[in-house]
Amino acid sequence: MKSLARREFLTAGAMALGSTLLTSRVVFARGNADTKSRFIFIIMRGALDGLAAAPPYGDRDYPSLRRDLALKAPGTPGGVLPLSGGLIGLHPSFAFLRESFEARELVVFHAVASPYRERSHFDGQDVLENGTVRAHAVQTGWLNRALSVLPSNSGQGRERGVALGQNVPLVMRGPAAVTSWSPSKLAALDEDTLQRITDLYAADPLLSGRLADALAADAIAESEGGMAPQLSAGAPRGGTARYAEVINAAAGFLKREDGPQVAVFDTTGWDTHANEGSAEGQLAGRLAALDTGLRTLKEQMGPAWGNTAVVLATEFGRTAAVNGTRGTDHGTGAAAFLLGGAVKGGRVIADWPGLSSRALYQGRDLQPTLDLRSVLKGVLEEHLQIPGRAIESNVFPGSGSAKPLTGLIRT
Amino acid sequence: MLQPFATAIAANRFGLGARPGDLAHIGSDPVGWLDDQLTGSAPVVSGEGLRPSEAIISDSLRLRDQLREAKRSAPGKQGDAAALQAAVTKLPQFFRPIYVAEATARFQQALSTDRPFVERLTQFWTNHFAVSVDKIAVLGVAGALEREAIRPHVLGKFTDLLLAVEQHPAMLLYLDNYLSVGPNSRVAAPRGLRPVRRQLGINENLAREILELHTLGVGGGYTQADVTIFAEVITGWSIGGERGRLFSAGDPGRFVFRPDIHEPGTKVVLGKRYPDNEHGQGVAVLHDLASHPSTARFIATKLARHFIADDPPPAVVDRLAKTFLSTGGDLPAVYRALITCAEAWANPLSKYKTPSDYIVSSFRGLDLPIVNERAVLAPFELLGQRTYSPGSPAGWPDKSADWDGASALMKRIEWADAVGQRVGSKRDAAGLAPQLLGETLTTATRTSIARAASGAQALTLLLAAPEFMRR
Repeated sequence: MKSLARREFLTAGAMALGSTLLTSRVVFARGNADTKSRFIFIIMRGALDGLAAAPPYGDRDYPSLRRDLALKAPGTPGGVLPLSGGLIGLHPSFAFLRESFEARELVVFHAVASPYRERSHFDGQDVLENGTVRAHAVQTGWLNRALSVLPSNSGQGRERGVALGQNVPLVMRGPAAVTSWSPSKLAALDEDTLQRITDLYAADPLLSGRLADALAADAIAESEGGMAPQLSAGAPRGGTARYAEVINAAAGFLKREDGPQVAVFDTTGWDTHANEGSAEGQLAGRLAALDTGLRTLKEQMGPAWGNTAVVLATEFGRTAAVNGTRGTDHGTGAAAFLLGGAVKGGRVIADWPGLSSRALYQGRDLQPTLDLRSVLKGVLEEHLQIPGRAIESNVFPGSGSAKPLTGLIRT
Repeated sequence: MLQPFATAIAANRFGLGARPGDLAHIGSDPVGWLDDQLTGSAPVVSGEGLRPSEAIISDSLRLRDQLREAKRSAPGKQGDAAALQAAVTKLPQFFRPIYVAEATARFQQALSTDRPFVERLTQFWTNHFAVSVDKIAVLGVAGALEREAIRPHVLGKFTDLLLAVEQHPAMLLYLDNYLSVGPNSRVAAPRGLRPVRRQLGINENLAREILELHTLGVGGGYTQADVTIFAEVITGWSIGGERGRLFSAGDPGRFVFRPDIHEPGTKVVLGKRYPDNEHGQGVAVLHDLASHPSTARFIATKLARHFIADDPPPAVVDRLAKTFLSTGGDLPAVYRALITCAEAWANPLSKYKTPSDYIVSSFRGLDLPIVNERAVLAPFELLGQRTYSPGSPAGWPDKSADWDGASALMKRIEWADAVGQRVGSKRDAAGLAPQLLGETLTTATRTSIARAASGAQALTLLLAAPEFMRR
């Protein structure tokens, strides 16, 4: 009853207001040929250990640096899942990613980093999200700026992006209209109260805009059956279902033709300073949950998976060597992943710098040889058709040295 | 000369939200009302089920021993697997009632205190020195950190606050320092030989966050070498009774300095030499960090951001930093500098409430009772700010954009609606509105409340009003 009341309100309220404000906001941009592409950016907050997620098992220094944390050779129980090339593989928890690699829907990037070269999580994440070379340089995110220059953007304030969560992370903040959505455990308001609050917010630009954005997102969520997680019968329970809710919501929004084109959400728990584990343990469990979530995403996206690209990135990597508490401390070079039906995958892209003590960055971290912005620029240009000039001037200002990687997306 | 809305600023931005009668009590002397709260020692929080961290940790160590024992004997045998499962869940089961008791006592204190400025300052410092209970090891002691290390020093010297926090077991657990071992310490390198135990070494987590988050701030003038060497300086800062594989010394659950795992030698941090006087070496570094100009500026910026505006006026930051340095980090002097800044009183409603601010001010304003455990935990979880759970050592963010998401606003409104429906006609929104919002109450809100279809709806409109979303 409650949710029906909400949907009815959307129509009734818009008509009663007789204004274009609400009507223009409750409808997401209509799909057309230019807007079929779907993009998901998954932030791995806390500095994912790239040498665990994508172990360089073919590097001769890997076992001695990683000691107890080193994964066993491919083919042994709990061993590395090998990828082509014999150098870099996948953590044994990444069964779905391995299948995706085989299906040519996954690119693994290694020794990759944003321009940030210090080791603060919070500044590192700020640079990862703001798209400049400096933390706190701007208050907007590169993904929002990309949405604001989408060629087919009708400029009517229709939400092109959705953040799955109560609030919008920096990467999605900025001039383009976006919304946020998270499941509610509370009852929806009756239409009369909602109308009165809408009126009460009329003179408050922030709150009236946010309320309209929330109603727009709820309208889609309700027509998708409330975005309740639908676990397939054989899906594992417990820890590996960690991302079920957010993944289902992401798919629910993005697979609709009239839905937003871009979604973003956070994953956390990657800051493995102590007892990181190896084939099993703390990190292995989290990677398995992520892998399960990504498999669910593909299932839930259905045919729209073919138009989908997902980037998973972290603020920086971790120390090459194990620390004194069977974990790893903050480092530099990291791994990143590009996944989806739209991806020209089955490749590892890494200019591998090696793990010898001379090769390590400042004697302790994986040396970055690939700028993460090159990956992101390539995806934005080929997948979302953001004009290169706008990317250079607006989305990633000052990134001239990081040429876009081409050929990442199927044409 | 303060504007008439200054009374509401004092209660709602510097305090935790007006209760009926508060604004009349504050009257025309909001600065005096705040200043009086800074006199005397900070209130002691008590409550059912609160225990010293020492007792909590020593009990939890016993449970961990049982877990280890169960793990050792588990493989293969079915009955033992069940025992292992029971042992694994014991620790959270042990911690959770303690966490609930702490959250209850904290919420009760926020609702009932007559010194809400001191309580807000306490919450500010707890957030500055954040631990997060999503790390299970601190679920039982996060509240104890606030009671034992923060509250006693919130009206004292920053140096004492810093020393208390960095030697509290909750912080040593949260940022892993209790097991950090000097590679040339007696345990790792017996009799001066080359290090033999390859497993042993430092963990730089606490050292980095002390520099980055607790004192100098990022960009405050330290290097990676400072982080690494400072981590060596504080090797041995540990917790008594923590056995690991190495040691079993000291009173269980209390801070202990373990010379056996301390990295020996003179060390240079931020260009200054610190001779090795064991525990005193780390204390000396902390003393210098506490009085560093970067620390003064970092703390001043965070305080001004919390109490004045997301982008605080530079003149205020300068003034607070100068006071911090000239008084040797005397916190009440810094707070007094803050409340006597004209900029603090110039703009009402300049801060968007965090979910916690929103919930606490609603409870205070409507004089809502804490009826059960659910009332303590659920609102904070629903609105996205679970008690003692910022998720990272940086603490909860403190700007509008971090909290004003569309979905977050909808949750607040839905919660306000639920509160309105529950309380119904037991409270009079029209009468409360001017008592809670004072001169910040707008005609639009007053009219909307007056025209509400029911008492319940009127309360929802009061709590959802733009001026109640902000402070």
